[in-house]
Amino acid sequence: MSQERESLVGLLKQDVLYQEAVHACINCGTCTAICPAARFYDYDPRRLISDIQNVNEQELVEILKSDIIWYCGQCLSCKTRCPRNNVPGFLITALRSLSQDKGYFAASNEGNKQLTVKRIVGENIIKYGYCVFIDEIGTENHPEQGPVWEWYRNNADSILKKLGANYKGEGPGTLRRISKEDLDELYNILKETKALDRFDNIERYCND
Amino acid sequence: MIKQGKKNVWKEYQKEIPDDNYYYARSCIRQNFFPASETIFLRIIREVLGKTIYDDEHQTTCTGIAYHSDIVPFDTTMTVAARQFSLMNIASQKNFIISCVTSFGIYSEVMETWKHHPEILEKTREHLRNATGREFSSPEIIAHTSDIIFKYREQIKEKAKFLLVNKSTGKPLRVVEHIGCHYAKIFPEKGIGGAEFPYVLAGMVENWGGEVIDYPERRHCCGFGFRHYIIKENRGYSLSNTKLKFDSMEAYEPDFIITNCPGCTFFLDRWQYVIAEMEEKTYGKDGFGIPVLTYEEVAGLVLGWDPYSLGLQLHQVSVEPLLDKMGINYNENDKYLGNNNEDIGRPAFPFNLKVTKNKQNDD
Repeated sequence: MSQERESLVGLLKQDVLYQEAVHACINCGTCTAICPAARFYDYDPRRLISDIQNVNEQELVEILKSDIIWYCGQCLSCKTRCPRNNVPGFLITALRSLSQDKGYFAASNEGNKQLTVKRIVGENIIKYGYCVFIDEIGTENHPEQGPVWEWYRNNADSILKKLGANYKGEGPGTLRRISKEDLDELYNILKETKALDRFDNIERYCND
Repeated sequence: MIKQGKKNVWKEYQKEIPDDNYYYARSCIRQNFFPASETIFLRIIREVLGKTIYDDEHQTTCTGIAYHSDIVPFDTTMTVAARQFSLMNIASQKNFIISCVTSFGIYSEVMETWKHHPEILEKTREHLRNATGREFSSPEIIAHTSDIIFKYREQIKEKAKFLLVNKSTGKPLRVVEHIGCHYAKIFPEKGIGGAEFPYVLAGMVENWGGEVIDYPERRHCCGFGFRHYIIKENRGYSLSNTKLKFDSMEAYEPDFIITNCPGCTFFLDRWQYVIAEMEEKTYGKDGFGIPVLTYEEVAGLVLGWDPYSLGLQLHQVSVEPLLDKMGINYNENDKYLGNNNEDIGRPAFPFNLKVTKNKQNDD
């Protein structure tokens, strides 16, 4: 039993998101029909749910090393529509967690891109306490933001004051500066719950 | 379907929306991209409806984008949610209302997980204690902030200066309502009207005089995709999904789009600019785009507030065609003034997307 719990398949099945995601799939394909990722990527959530139900250790390693688990956009439209209460989107979260914890993610092109996500979103959270922050969003990386964004960023102090924000100010309000004490608590949570370990794994395994 | 049976089906999708005394959970994306919307919400709650709301300086991100792009474990997100609830407890509040649709999905998922797995709740308590020394109890009610505006849509209408009606023709404006996926697709019973027929925005539109458009891709995701948008080379996923929706809604000639989700508002606005610049394709009349507004911005216009105090100048798709239809007066020369009417220049003009009725060039 303990050997099974320590196997990759065992670890996957311990994840509450796996438990909520995988019930008896009837292979109807509704999830694939509704899936925005399936429309634009070579991705088939029906097949993934179907395969995972009796996956063996080696097959699971191949899945964890593959691009397949990184295509889902997490809209969770699949949860609404599955007639058997399967949730391919939750399964994806469980697979991505395991893949990153065990280092398999860096074997795939898509998995390697987690480095970008960590360095943007992860570092914003630590530095600002926000997932995104205006100071870090330039049109070089985000040309789709358009000229209005360029103008807004160049005049952020004046515009945000006009709109009643508290940009980098003390106290409550839009875009306020989050205090060091609050950021420290957030950092301690990241450490306690092993998010920082995941950040380290991403830095260690990914190709820069 | 017989009437009684229909009533029973809809009973599932009735939700409790608190009347007053709110604790406000802010949105990372909205504060950055539509920075007036949360201020408008607070003004409506306090000044128009006379309710109380607590805006807490100590709150942080819920980590929702990090969780759905998989750089933090679920344990992290649950513990951050627990910290926010602890802050709410200190503020002596019980009604936790959430500005962001991703966060609304997050808090709903966290609370459902604790309900069905009490051992995970205990583990979260331990994590929070170890990391911060805090204890917490969960809110009595969680709701999305669009639920609150929906609840009080009639009171807003009573104070309306403008309706969602074309002033020249007298006909209702034709409106696309776009609901963020995580509002009701994860937990349909937590959204007004469920996932298939959400009524939260449609209710506002109809109450304020507009007409809701049904179109084939109405419930399709805007295409945020979390990691896909953050990673530049994957951003085509987001663009492609948005384009799918615009190609589907175009024939119905919407006057504007109303959304309740931070990312959706942004993507439906900015990808129109990108499609115009890349393909010379625009979806509005005469080279303009279709204006995309948050529900607070729409409420602000209905209440007769100055469009440029609502932050509408920060949209890349021009909103003036909508203002014209509603009969709202504005001075385009004031649009880009800074604080205290400071001259801070104006944004460059796009090549293809029309943003002004005047001659469009940088000379």
